[in-house]
Amino acid sequence: MSFAPYAVAIWIFLVGLYGVVTSRHLMHLVICLSVVQSSTYLLLLGIGYRTDGAASIFVDIPPNTKAVDPVVKALTLTDVVVGAAVTALLLALTVQAKKRFGTLDPDELDPLRD
Amino acid sequence: MSAGESAHTPRRPGEISFATRRTLFLVSALVLAGVMVWALGGVPSFGDYHGVYGLVLNHVAVPERHATNVITAVNFDYRGFDTLGEEFILFAAVLGLALILREGRDEEEGPPDDDASGRRVVGASNAVRLITVLLIGPTVVLAGYVIVHGPITPGGGFQGGVIAATALLFVYLGGEYLTLRRVRPLPAVEITKAAGAGAFVLIGAGGLIFGTAFLANFLPLGTAGDVFSAGTMQPLSVAVGLEVTGGFVLILSEFLDQTLVVRRRGGAR
Repeated sequence: MSFAPYAVAIWIFLVGLYGVVTSRHLMHLVICLSVVQSSTYLLLLGIGYRTDGAASIFVDIPPNTKAVDPVVKALTLTDVVVGAAVTALLLALTVQAKKRFGTLDPDELDPLRD
Repeated sequence: MSAGESAHTPRRPGEISFATRRTLFLVSALVLAGVMVWALGGVPSFGDYHGVYGLVLNHVAVPERHATNVITAVNFDYRGFDTLGEEFILFAAVLGLALILREGRDEEEGPPDDDASGRRVVGASNAVRLITVLLIGPTVVLAGYVIVHGPITPGGGFQGGVIAATALLFVYLGGEYLTLRRVRPLPAVEITKAAGAGAFVLIGAGGLIFGTAFLANFLPLGTAGDVFSAGTMQPLSVAVGLEVTGGFVLILSEFLDQTLVVRRRGGAR
């Protein structure tokens, strides 16, 4: 019984969340959000792991070799792609926020100004 | 960062201080962490996973679909419909990005920073130029290799597409923005992107016409491990590769344009 990978995933999730809550710079905030998301990669890959399992790619190993779960790996791939898309969108919004408000401090973004 | 730092702006009514916010978070994070640790009790022990679906796929993907990379088989065949959604998430995100970063009413495109008249262009050093020029070709070849071999070895359209887009960064790194503009005709990039997204749907529709269902694998499967094997997986991988390449080139271009070209009317950026 080992839960270390899940514990690390929880730790990364909470650390990233702390960064989001206490952020004083929008760029920093976007990166913290990526940190939060990276915990899900670890969680997914950790769940699908089977002790001594090979990667589920059967090029030079016989097809009946014990291998890790391919479905969570495919999910992680989706996760990475969506993460990249979200990060790009948020950074675009950051660029616009800087243009509109002249600051990147989320506390000073005043929706009533300008 | 000290708690008293928020003093530099007058606090608006109803706004809580930085210290209060952090305390509030730490308390709720502790509760959240407790719930998560409690949930660990219901998670299978690490290395002891028995999800039937994945294990079945591991055993049937090679004999049934002649694809040695089961992850690609999941993405482009068994759960191809989900990948269609994933691809259109990326498509929509890139469209949204282009929309957000469009030229505002009070903005105009100036000459790029490294094209200012009366100033000698300080480009990259010769060493950087040489290395990037040498890297562009192999990067594009590697991208094509990764995309085409998706059903066989680790790789596929998403990974290869991102590699292909980095070739554009090499052009920027080694040359100047002006060179970049010449190698990056945006309408062509947009068409590539849309063609990739459209091709995925068309190949899926091919499954309806020649096979049994949408995204059914209707092409000859070939020999497992061969470059041309696993039926529709490879064309789908190429379609995704085109879309991702186009999408990422657009993302990179939009951000580079923001830093180098677009500025407020009157000169300030």
